[in-house]
Amino acid sequence: MITSGMTTSLGFGRPSKNVSLYRRVCGFLSAGVLCLLIALPAAEAQAKKKKERTPFAFTYVSRADDPYYETRRAYTGLTLREKKRPIDGVHAGLREVRVLGRRVGLAFDLDAVELGEGETAIDAVESAIADGHAVFVLDLPLDEMTALAEATVNRDILLFDVRHPDTELRRTFCPGHLFYMRPSRAMVADALAQYLREKGWRNVLMLNGPEEADARDADAFRSAAEKFGLTIVAEQDFILSNDPRNRDRNNIALMTGEPDHDVIFLTDNLGEFGRYVPFATYLARPVVGSEGLIASGWHWTWERHGAPQLNQRFYRKAERNMVATDWAAWAAVKSVVEAISRTEATKPADLRTFLTSDAFILDTYKGAPGSFRRWNRQLRQPILLHTHNAVIERAPLPQFLHATNQLDTLGLDQPDSDCR
Amino acid sequence: MRIIASGCLMILVMATPDGAIAKNTGNIFISNEKSSTISVLGPDDEIVETIETCARPRGMHFSHDRTQFYVGCADDSIIAIYDVARRDLVQRIRGVEEPETFDLHPNGKHLYISNEEDAAATLYDVESGEFLDEFETGEEPEGVQVTSDGKLVFVASEAANLVHVIDTEAGEVIEDILVDTRPRRFALNKHETELWVSAELAGMVNIIDLESFELIGDIELLPTGFRKEQVTPVDLLITADGRRAYIALGRANHVAVVDVESRKVEKYILVGSRPWGLALTHDEKKLYVANGLSDDISIIDTDSLKVTKSLPVGLVPYGILIDDH
Repeated sequence: MITSGMTTSLGFGRPSKNVSLYRRVCGFLSAGVLCLLIALPAAEAQAKKKKERTPFAFTYVSRADDPYYETRRAYTGLTLREKKRPIDGVHAGLREVRVLGRRVGLAFDLDAVELGEGETAIDAVESAIADGHAVFVLDLPLDEMTALAEATVNRDILLFDVRHPDTELRRTFCPGHLFYMRPSRAMVADALAQYLREKGWRNVLMLNGPEEADARDADAFRSAAEKFGLTIVAEQDFILSNDPRNRDRNNIALMTGEPDHDVIFLTDNLGEFGRYVPFATYLARPVVGSEGLIASGWHWTWERHGAPQLNQRFYRKAERNMVATDWAAWAAVKSVVEAISRTEATKPADLRTFLTSDAFILDTYKGAPGSFRRWNRQLRQPILLHTHNAVIERAPLPQFLHATNQLDTLGLDQPDSDCR
Repeated sequence: MRIIASGCLMILVMATPDGAIAKNTGNIFISNEKSSTISVLGPDDEIVETIETCARPRGMHFSHDRTQFYVGCADDSIIAIYDVARRDLVQRIRGVEEPETFDLHPNGKHLYISNEEDAAATLYDVESGEFLDEFETGEEPEGVQVTSDGKLVFVASEAANLVHVIDTEAGEVIEDILVDTRPRRFALNKHETELWVSAELAGMVNIIDLESFELIGDIELLPTGFRKEQVTPVDLLITADGRRAYIALGRANHVAVVDVESRKVEKYILVGSRPWGLALTHDEKKLYVANGLSDDISIIDTDSLKVTKSLPVGLVPYGILIDDH
């Protein structure tokens, strides 16, 4: 049985902004009854208004007990890397678009689907399509996501992947209804490489972790280094160990002695080893990659382009800082609603045409307008290079030029992708 | 220094109560968002004082009789009221959520304010400090414009791409107009038949017909050598004779000069980094431009359309008020 998660319909039951006036008045009135008398008609009027609007649903598809979200505890029980479900980003986007809903006569809804054991994404999506839902935000393991996209390629629906950064997907996997909202590993590595190039930190020592994800990050960086003219002077694979017999793979000073280099690029998705590298290196060198200077699709401290407002809005409801995957989910909602308001259409085919056209502009809150690459429907976006508490730079850096869109200096440009 | 023509007038000035004839000082007030100060320039365009204000001062507006001015401090949620001549703080209205900009109704009492982080515009009685009403808008409301007959108030929601029209008598939003991406500020043409609104991310100004509330035109802004996405227009002004518009182009570092009737750009003037705020002198001979990312202002002579002076002010200058009439 497919279990439908909590359906939150915006506007129903939530105190609207109009109600806040009564809240202020009631602050002075001691009689709770009086407040209720004011509230009831207000809530009724609100509900009435909502009834005039056609519902438009976003369906969030995720898997319960997804090992990806299992909190991995490091030694002594520390949580170093915690992944949060990007559904909070969807909520944030939906809250923002309710007034636009008023304008276009739609009530935007969220249907959160959590797949149990034995349930498939394909079945869940088919069921949602039967209910008239057409827009899906996907938080699924990679093979399930690709299987779903392949199975539904001829359906009139839109799929937004907000989770997977794999560059290979952008190179070879591009069904026409699938949109990639997160930056690819290539985009993130390119952003870092542009910065290193601009700083003149050209000689790079790579410290590579043992995980699959580490290997992919390292691959992306090697490509980026070649693209932007950096020199990888050495690569060291590390393991988590104190055994002196393995010192050449666990002794930080030893691994970072020679050859000389300007900067260390570290890949460590688990986070347990890498956190010890900064300031323990043999030479005084900055660390970038998984620690130190990190390249992401979003950061909670970005202070320009309206970002503080977006971060505040998110924090107030989610009670935590917005991260890149939240932003990707938020951007999916905003993109669809922007397309609806500009085309006055709700059919996915019409929305898809608009989303991949030159007329589509997404306010990314990162200083450049977002748009979708026609060849692989990757969202073009700036990348933020940040420490734990500040954004140091925003990529693409101005020195890197492009014939048509500077954002295409990051990631797979049209000739780099097999997608057309 | 202003020369007072008659001794009689001089006596009058001294005899009247505080602030009664306290205007036309020739001073210019510039709000500096990041340093939380107001730079005061004298009539010769040199800094005469730096006033420490509440946190994150942005929008500013003169009172009806121009003897006072209001400053919205977003991080303190305060509207601070200063005396123009004495330059001291006379009153604070507290609890105004993150005010960004505001406009004053012709009745001189009603101040319509955009509350940036609240998705709302609020109405306050600026004399009593009393909160009067609240209007739901899209996220990040910024620009506020009251018509000169006080019947309508326009509020731009940056994140929702909407211009909301508030009927002041009915006390409610009567229309939501969809405009281009990230609408910021407004200007009304001479007969108030058109509302011009800057669409920051679309790099253009939309023109709305005020009878039908429909979009009737666009002005695309593109100085030579810039890409469309690098042009981010914010503040705009239309001269009193209705002939010319000035538009600050944000990241494109220029001010556009536009002929209102033909809607054609006549010239682009290079100013400082990220110009947002604009102000014209009463005789419209000088245009002041606040350059947020070079911490300075540019002063343009409107006959020659050239920058005659640049002057460092506080950190991230935002808005400008000129007390010259």
